Amino acid sequence: MDNLNLPSYLEQEPDVKARFEKIRQRPVVLEVQHLGKIFPGADGDIVALHDILFNIHRREFICVIGASGCGKSTLIRILAGLDYPTSGQVLLDNQEVKGPSPDRGMVFQGYTLFPWLTIKKNIMFGLKMTNHGYNYAEEQALQWIDLVGLSNFANAYPHELSGGMKQRVAIARALANRPRILLMDEPFGALDAQTRSQMQAYLLQIWRNVNITILFITHDLDEAVYLADRIVVLGAHPGHIQEIIEVSVPRPRNPDQFLTPQFLATKKRLEELIHPPEKNRHEDLPMIRLTQLGDEVI
Amino acid sequence: MNARKHWFAIREDLSGQRSWLLGLCSFLLPLGIWSLVSYTPWIWHPMVHISDPGGVAYFQKDMLVEREIFNKENAFMREEGKSEARGKPANPIYLPAPHQVVQAFITAFQTAPIRRNDPWLHQSILHSITVIFYGFTLSAIFGVPLGIICGTFAFFTRIIEPFVDFIRYMPAPAFGALMVAFLGIADAPKVAIIFIGTFFQMVLVVSNTTRLLDKSLLEAAQTLGATSKKLIFHVIVPGILPNLYRDMRILLGWAWTYLIVAELIGASSGISWFINQQAKYRNYDNVFAAIVMIGIIGLTTDQILRFIGHYLFPWERRN
Ligand SMILES: Nc1ncnc2c1ncn2[C@@H]1O[C@H](COP(=O)(O)OP(=O)(O)OP(=O)(O)O)[C@@H](O)[C@H]1O
Ligand SMILES: [Mg+2]
Repeated sequence: MDNLNLPSYLEQEPDVKARFEKIRQRPVVLEVQHLGKIFPGADGDIVALHDILFNIHRREFICVIGASGCGKSTLIRILAGLDYPTSGQVLLDNQEVKGPSPDRGMVFQGYTLFPWLTIKKNIMFGLKMTNHGYNYAEEQALQWIDLVGLSNFANAYPHELSGGMKQRVAIARALANRPRILLMDEPFGALDAQTRSQMQAYLLQIWRNVNITILFITHDLDEAVYLADRIVVLGAHPGHIQEIIEVSVPRPRNPDQFLTPQFLATKKRLEELIHPPEKNRHEDLPMIRLTQLGDEVI
Repeated sequence: MNARKHWFAIREDLSGQRSWLLGLCSFLLPLGIWSLVSYTPWIWHPMVHISDPGGVAYFQKDMLVEREIFNKENAFMREEGKSEARGKPANPIYLPAPHQVVQAFITAFQTAPIRRNDPWLHQSILHSITVIFYGFTLSAIFGVPLGIICGTFAFFTRIIEPFVDFIRYMPAPAFGALMVAFLGIADAPKVAIIFIGTFFQMVLVVSNTTRLLDKSLLEAAQTLGATSKKLIFHVIVPGILPNLYRDMRILLGWAWTYLIVAELIGASSGISWFINQQAKYRNYDNVFAAIVMIGIIGLTTDQILRFIGHYLFPWERRN
């Protein structure tokens, strides 16, 4: 990839540029203002997040990417209201976020479906919690089940479903509440490669058909470039924003774009940010020899 | 077919057929050992059942004597030239043979009690079941909600569990005398002992079960709009229900253990009274029959509850 002659990841074709122009015109849904999070630890405090600052516009698809342990989950949990920042604040439609609420739906990496409820009842759960009538909730749930293509499983229990199907239910469950923003923490991390790319295509389709803003966490570079309008790249120790990248790959996206120059350029940039070259990953590790075989077999 | 799994594969289920077979063996094996000891004259049999006392003055027909004494007396008789005693090897009276217990099992229900006012065996059993029912129900009515509250709120864990833990270590029967003083000699103190024996354990067990519920389910519910009260009734309670049900089945077993002591305080009653009474008359076959009866009642209730649980919690069914 290094010796390819790639354009700059910053270069945007006119229609891509125009699209970002339009996105910037849209109202801001979520404002993350100078967010900091410190975990008190036994041997000193751990600064998980430091001065995180960015905005998300309506119907934008934002990916957050970063190495393991750089604070991605901490960030999304604060946005969801499941954790509290030690400094800064989060505004949703100009209202400060002060705890979990159905206006911010969340999809977790582990399938957090309620095992004692059928698929239909799982999707109805949020509507019941927000005091909607049973009939309305059921009608909505059936619609969502259709939308995620699980009509045959309405009365099945979660343990009867595959991982990808479970995550589709989790998405439908979160969306049934009509949240302002959908927060997703590595939702496809546990899926095999094929199911994963299916789910990505699926999510883009849902995003096109439903009026929803998405913040999506991943550590898969391809996934980030394929899905996002903008990618927030986090660095570790402490978790901070390295760069916010506008993805120059035109929409609608499809898997054929994985090898286009813009895609590769963006991916290369991400690679540089997440695995900085000075670390020199290719150097030999000091290692004991555990085999008698000579080098000629390798 | 892939390679057959062997019988001792670690954490692998056995086929239904093998499970059945082993379940059957788990009963047949002890029964087999019991039969072996009972019916094979050269295994154990430390006594001799006299069929003909011969010249030994104090031997009588149908008497049980230790083999050593029997041999010594016979050696003595041989020296004296008198007729030797005869008898068959036998086990002590406290180990009746299986067929005797089975007989006793049937006759115990058909035999009128020795004293006219005493209850029949089935009345004793019914009485025991009533005591267990009241004790355990009371305990569950208070213990389950308290346990759930303790498992849900750290506040209640801290303020309730240390004291409950303290009482838990006091053996329930130790409260027997106190309970008689408070509640009289009828059934009330017995119910109280069952209550004390199960309640404190129940609070701790339920609280622990509640804490084991996956926290991410609670978080998911919160992002879906569930408030505290709804979290408890729509997530925690249904979430722990299958495990709670299993806990109750185990604790119900404990209740039977406490029953045996509970029934001996105050005016003794129920199945333990029956056991003691029969032991006094040295009807050990009846004693065994009653003990087996308790086992059968326990096992049957548990299996019925398990069967019901299978239908109550369809999402727990795997494969
Ligand atoms: N509850 C906590 N208490 C103390 N430290 C924590 C806690 N949660 C997270 N941390 C620390 O904060 C840092 C960020 O953790 P976080 O889970 O947000 O990382 P992540 O980017 O989501 O990693 P991954 O990709 O592995 O999911 C880590 O160093 C972690 O040890
Ligand atoms: Mg994480």
